[in-house]
Amino acid sequence: MTKSPSEPGSDVTTTSRRKFMTSTLAGGMAMTGVGRASAQQKPGSAAVANPKNLPPNVPDWSKVLGDGVAAHPYGKPSKFEKHVVRRDVEWLTASRESSVNFTPLHELDGIITPNGLCFERHHGGAAEIKPLDYRLMIHGLVNKPLIFTLDDLKRFPRTNRIHFLECAANSGMEWRGAQLNGCQFTHGMVHNVMYTAVPLKALLEEAGVKPNGKWLLAEGADAAGMTRSIPLDKALNDCLIAFKMNGEALRTEQGYPVRLVVPGWEGNMWVKWLRRIEVGDQPWHTHEETSKYTSLMSDGRARRFSFIMDAKSVVTNPSPEAPLLAKGRNVLSGLAWSGRGKVTRVDVTMDGGRNWQEARIDGLVLDKSLTRFYVDFDWQGQELVIQSRAHDETGYVQPTKNELRKVRGVNNIYHNNGIQTWLVRSNGETENVEIS
Amino acid sequence: MSRFLKRASVAALVLAASASAVLAQQLGVGREATVAEIKAWDIAVRPDGKGLPVGKGTAARGETIFQTQCATCHGEFGEGKGRWPELAGGHGTLKADRPFKTIGSYWPYATTVFDYVRRAMPFGNAQSLSDDDLYAVTAYLLSLNDIVKDPNFELSEKTLPAVKMPNADGFYDDDREVSEKQFWARKPCMKECSKEAAAVIGRAMAVDVTPGQKAGPKVD
Repeated sequence: MTKSPSEPGSDVTTTSRRKFMTSTLAGGMAMTGVGRASAQQKPGSAAVANPKNLPPNVPDWSKVLGDGVAAHPYGKPSKFEKHVVRRDVEWLTASRESSVNFTPLHELDGIITPNGLCFERHHGGAAEIKPLDYRLMIHGLVNKPLIFTLDDLKRFPRTNRIHFLECAANSGMEWRGAQLNGCQFTHGMVHNVMYTAVPLKALLEEAGVKPNGKWLLAEGADAAGMTRSIPLDKALNDCLIAFKMNGEALRTEQGYPVRLVVPGWEGNMWVKWLRRIEVGDQPWHTHEETSKYTSLMSDGRARRFSFIMDAKSVVTNPSPEAPLLAKGRNVLSGLAWSGRGKVTRVDVTMDGGRNWQEARIDGLVLDKSLTRFYVDFDWQGQELVIQSRAHDETGYVQPTKNELRKVRGVNNIYHNNGIQTWLVRSNGETENVEIS
Repeated sequence: MSRFLKRASVAALVLAASASAVLAQQLGVGREATVAEIKAWDIAVRPDGKGLPVGKGTAARGETIFQTQCATCHGEFGEGKGRWPELAGGHGTLKADRPFKTIGSYWPYATTVFDYVRRAMPFGNAQSLSDDDLYAVTAYLLSLNDIVKDPNFELSEKTLPAVKMPNADGFYDDDREVSEKQFWARKPCMKECSKEAAAVIGRAMAVDVTPGQKAGPKVD
């Protein structure tokens, strides 16, 4: 009799798991590189555990001393988690200094993204700025143009906020159909972090915005001089000048020492290495809001200033890099978010949209933040066609990809928040597909 | 206390509160930026010409700079080498299945070329070109796109804002809340929503471009 993995004593090896691994490795040509790599590296799915470490035996780590306290002054993840890293798509861009990598969503849980796994998007590489040499200038239509040091910024009243940052081009490679076989690559240009910050409003009040001030220009100190125009109303409403993420200083690649936080709006506007804020009476129409980050529609015209990230969700497990490994009880897990407010509901289907159920939302449900959902289910090896659908507090319901294409065509590049489909085969292998 | 007095004292309280609110807003943190500091750091240029420095250059002179400092990546004629961005061509392709978005075919404002080259180019040596060189390179890029036709036309802080781009009227402000209002306030079907099982019509594994593979399509 074939042992089911959920049966007692079945955790050394299991027939079904071994079968899955074998088919994965043998089917090398069909399986993607990333699928192979993660399946091989993933410790939980290793085909064979060492019996010497399993009951009734007592493993070495219970006998000999481990590292002392000073061994790792700044702690790193367990060496068994080396496969949990940001990855990039080499063919995507001409250089890695103007490129992007992706958060491994399928390896994470809860709603907070660890700092070292937050995806990176640079246009001129990650600037390294000495905190003592950091300056932020505010000028333009203000009563008193000002220059702040990093210490100056920390003298304003602080606030702590958890927000998602999604690149407007997240899922942008999927407009014409399923292309990248991995949740990390289709949806990994999003992260969710608690920022310690001062409200941008406080700095603007310190400088005194003149009545004709209507727009801001936020500019980075990097070698791309990243610039975006931001409506003053948004700046006064909830924009933040952040210097901590998840309690520690911003990471270099996330804008150390200071970045702009523009809750719910496209990530490109969250200018890193922020060096200058200019107040003006009209937008600047910079490269990043004309040539890029505009949405070309099928009639040949383009939407501009489409700042808000629409409600979106994705099932992170199972997904191509996180296949189902065991029959019986399983946990489906995913993320939902909306740039317009809180996620109110997530629906999940496992039969390609014929029947849906409400997922169980767990943990914090916050404004413009990732929200975690689960469906606990039994799987007997049948083929599954999995989708998730987010609802937000404005009544927006995440559209299908075809619904989006009907309005926008396929050349938008940006703002693809269409419903994602994963096909789970009878051996647990999971693939990015599109369905009729 | 008379009603009037009560009202007056409330008004005084409100006044005091708002005065202290104003005081509270001004923390006296930071120092005033000097005119020279602002001038040196303010490199942004708007379509109306605000921010353009005094200077001038022609496409003829810009060609020399472009061929030595830009063509390695962007190609001799702005056609783009490898995956580096193409800068010219594509006129009339925005409705096509595969649009070709360049300065000439897509960008709404010529001032953006000056602004972007000034802040971000040459890639890896940003903010290195002189103001006259920036006008010259901008003029050359406009000439590659047949927007500036005379190679000796003098582009300057006066003439650049007047350059009309072919796709200047091709943009409109985000209208999703109107044009996509059908995505709001709907009650999606939850049970027995279709008679037939969905068919798989596209597979990422068939496209075969996930990292680990060598080749892939070009995306923006």
